[in-house]
Amino acid sequence: MAGLLHLHSTLLPSASLLRQRGGGGAQAAAPRRRRACRVEAKIREIFMPALSSTMTEGKIVAWNAAEGDRLSKGDPVVVVESDKADMDVETFHDGFLAAVLVPAGESAPVGSAIALLAESEEEIPLARSQAANLSSSSAAPPPATQETVPEESSLAPPPPPPPAPVAASAPSPATQGGARVVASPYAKKLAKELSVDLFSVTGSGPGGRVVAKDVEAAAASPTKAAAAPVAAARPDVPLGSTVPFTTMQGAVSKNMVESLAVPTFRVGYTITTDALDQLYKKIKSKGVTMTALLAKATAMALVQHPVVNSSCRDGQSFTYNSSINIAVAVAIDGGLITPVLQDADKLDIYTLSRKWKELVEKARAKQLQPQEYNSGTFTLSNLGMFGVDRFDAILPPGTGAIMAVGSSQPTVVGTKDGRIGMKNQMQVNVTADHRVIYGSDLAAFLQTLSKIIEDPKDLTF
Amino acid sequence: MLSVSLSASASAIASGRARSEARRPGGIRLCGPRGDAPACGSLRLSHAAATRRAVPRAAASGNGAAGGGFDYDLVIIGAGVGGHGAALHAVEEGLKTAIIEGDVVGGTCVNRGCVPSKALLAVSGRMRELHDEHHMKSLGLQVSAAGYDRQAVADHANNLASKIRSNLTNSMKAIGVDILTGFGTIVGKQKVRYGKVGFPDKEITAKNIIIATGSVPFVPKGIEIDGKTVFTSDHALKLESVPDWIAIVGSGYIGLEFSDVYTALGSEVTFVEALDQLMPGFDPEIAKLAQRVLINTRKIDYHTGVFASKITPAKDGKPVLIELIDAKTKEHKETLEVDAALIATGRAPFTNGLGLENMNVVTQRGFIPVDERMQVTDADGNVVPNLFCIGDANGKLMLAHAASAQGISVVEQISGRDHILNHLSIPAACFTHPEISMVGLTEPQAREKADKEGFEVSVVKTSFKANTKALAENEGDGIAKLIYRPDTGEILGVHILGLHAADLIHEASNAIALRTSLQELKLAVHAHPTLSEVLDELFKAAKVNSGVSVNELVAA
Repeated sequence: MAGLLHLHSTLLPSASLLRQRGGGGAQAAAPRRRRACRVEAKIREIFMPALSSTMTEGKIVAWNAAEGDRLSKGDPVVVVESDKADMDVETFHDGFLAAVLVPAGESAPVGSAIALLAESEEEIPLARSQAANLSSSSAAPPPATQETVPEESSLAPPPPPPPAPVAASAPSPATQGGARVVASPYAKKLAKELSVDLFSVTGSGPGGRVVAKDVEAAAASPTKAAAAPVAAARPDVPLGSTVPFTTMQGAVSKNMVESLAVPTFRVGYTITTDALDQLYKKIKSKGVTMTALLAKATAMALVQHPVVNSSCRDGQSFTYNSSINIAVAVAIDGGLITPVLQDADKLDIYTLSRKWKELVEKARAKQLQPQEYNSGTFTLSNLGMFGVDRFDAILPPGTGAIMAVGSSQPTVVGTKDGRIGMKNQMQVNVTADHRVIYGSDLAAFLQTLSKIIEDPKDLTF
Repeated sequence: MLSVSLSASASAIASGRARSEARRPGGIRLCGPRGDAPACGSLRLSHAAATRRAVPRAAASGNGAAGGGFDYDLVIIGAGVGGHGAALHAVEEGLKTAIIEGDVVGGTCVNRGCVPSKALLAVSGRMRELHDEHHMKSLGLQVSAAGYDRQAVADHANNLASKIRSNLTNSMKAIGVDILTGFGTIVGKQKVRYGKVGFPDKEITAKNIIIATGSVPFVPKGIEIDGKTVFTSDHALKLESVPDWIAIVGSGYIGLEFSDVYTALGSEVTFVEALDQLMPGFDPEIAKLAQRVLINTRKIDYHTGVFASKITPAKDGKPVLIELIDAKTKEHKETLEVDAALIATGRAPFTNGLGLENMNVVTQRGFIPVDERMQVTDADGNVVPNLFCIGDANGKLMLAHAASAQGISVVEQISGRDHILNHLSIPAACFTHPEISMVGLTEPQAREKADKEGFEVSVVKTSFKANTKALAENEGDGIAKLIYRPDTGEILGVHILGLHAADLIHEASNAIALRTSLQELKLAVHAHPTLSEVLDELFKAAKVNSGVSVNELVAA
């Protein structure tokens, strides 16, 4: 399942330019039910609006508000450039502009999130951490940890810091004992852009004034390493050299080569995730992650199709596993590991989420026990957070099937009654061992899975 | 033979010009002397013309004797742009004219205003372009290390001012205007004295008197001017230094233009504005875009809703200190420490010592009260006959070309043709980069008028991004806005922010002055590709006589 970027904007041509997430997804499908048991969506996304029917991406000319500003409904938040003119785009909700995801001067596709709006000031750090995670996705974070991290950080103050302020240096003479800081206009602008705390910068201008180059120097200091818990290392690949595999990489390689001996086939399925997304929004605050939801849904489907949970160990027989252990592929620094949610069908979603959090921590700390990563009977791999729409995964040896999950995208669909609507859809693709799992088994499993996901009320047991 | 025909044709040209100018209702004149560029040639022509045309007239002959026993038909106190414009037109109408100037010919505009500021803005515009690596690159250009020599820049401005000043003086001398040196005071009906300040020893009589004494920079209480670190536009235009950080008190067009100059030359700027918005005089939509283009992208920050209650010049190594108080609550908010402060809080009329009390005229905050014909009104509200006031001194519209337009309006009246200047047809411009210009009403003003008088108002806008020439120059930042009456096609206001806005506005201001309707303008042809097509877009996008008034946002 896709990570945080649920693209729920419904861009009806005559609709107002900006839809917020709170009101989004209000299709024919169960708006009433949603409102009846509504949990406050505290962090809303502000989307790049479509200013014309042909616009596919827009450039942000300027942000009218800054991070931390209070916004009232109807305030112009951002100016977007279309091919014709610059348009002021308003916010439809009150709140605080928590995080700007796309800065001025850059472009974003229509419908993508360009900022986060927090309903109250307390949620601003939470939103910021979400934003920080979104921006550090380039360093291949574990797909699931991306969702757990914001929850973790919201539980444990302080949140993972964006570029940290400069470590304590002597207060500059311009601060007059910390009461105020004298900084030139450009220095102030830069400080805002680079998130530097002016009070901690030593000024080199006349009278101890903080000038632009002081701020630049402060921003370039080592604490900029953005200590996000996610291993946000830049891919440090020593080009032009030959580096031997680590043990883990060796193991992965060995497994992949072994899998060549297995006759596999693939079946794909498109699942509508509107209902799942709504459920997630509702119970997110209780610590439930999308990974857990997907794992639970898969486990429940496997209950009805045990053969998909089987494997062929010796080439001659079915090994029907007694438990449904969902392994989830997680990228970690230097490799790939598959922590396992044991008995995923038997645990309730909240326990599952908690367990998952623990597993992820251990995985990051490289402290997973073998049976915590070896005992999977069915594997889940999710690349949705990168925007991947579909892919197929390689079957890990010893298991019967692996499911590759793509991102959930708003899609124009035709319904049975001849109408056209928008639904969020994701593509899943299962690679299975044809020695034990046959086409119809897999197809039936997928059909069940899609039914569970599209009507997820049982997931919360 | 040759000379006769030359002067005959000259007179034909000149009188033709005079006639058409006489008919021209608004007399819209840009700042600067007439007959300027090909200076010598046309001056001689107008001199010849004046003499020739004067012959058929019974009374005044060019610069012969005034009619009615007066020394002069017209005496103008103040040889600034207003006075100069009035003087030239007066001579054309055959009036014997004298102009009294106590300081320098050309007044504020030429010496301390429009002229030197445009020189500095020309320099700053180029500097900004050359330093805009991104812009240069997008055009495929490389520019290395553009720099400037402060003294040479200051000299350019200074030399320009001198040149224009001498052009102005010559243009008046050549047509026979008597330039009298000294400070003038009105001592009685149709009587003026002039001489050194406090010692007006020469007396002259004039059938009509125009006061055109202009204005000076207004410095609020509490601000100490030292001319070096705390100064007004008068000093700033000499560009004796370029400070690292300058605070500009006042965010009207003067402050804005200076912020453009200083930031282009490398300074950082902080605006101090008493009202809650920056650029309060502009149409709000234009002000918003202007803020984005002219302020947010530059090394400028600002404080609004505050007064500078006390400014102390820099001394002994300490910076200039500016104390800011909240405009409403008057409590202290902050103290700025900057390298220099420019006071651009408006201009105060220069009307002391004019002897107005002799005519029972009382100034209001220094401004001389006038009616719509620029006739001075006294303390009882009655028109003082034969006494007029034009330009900044009356406060109606403190712009150079408004002054000379008012002057021409007065001369029209004196020459027997009633004339009321339509101030709504007078354009205004702000010469930042990109420029801002406007004519007529702002949108809120138009809507207010519409509510009161019961008509509909429509607005169309277009972006410079849609203009081929602007895009060719990679200067697509800008909008133009037309406010009009859909029932009649009357233009209520036009506002432009963009490349050459100051030049483009005239199509609109002419239309307002001549009462041209949008229906006619829609059919006007504009050369392609030019920036004027921005206005063409507006005219063509306007929906007139539609019966239903629809506010359309046209992104053309």
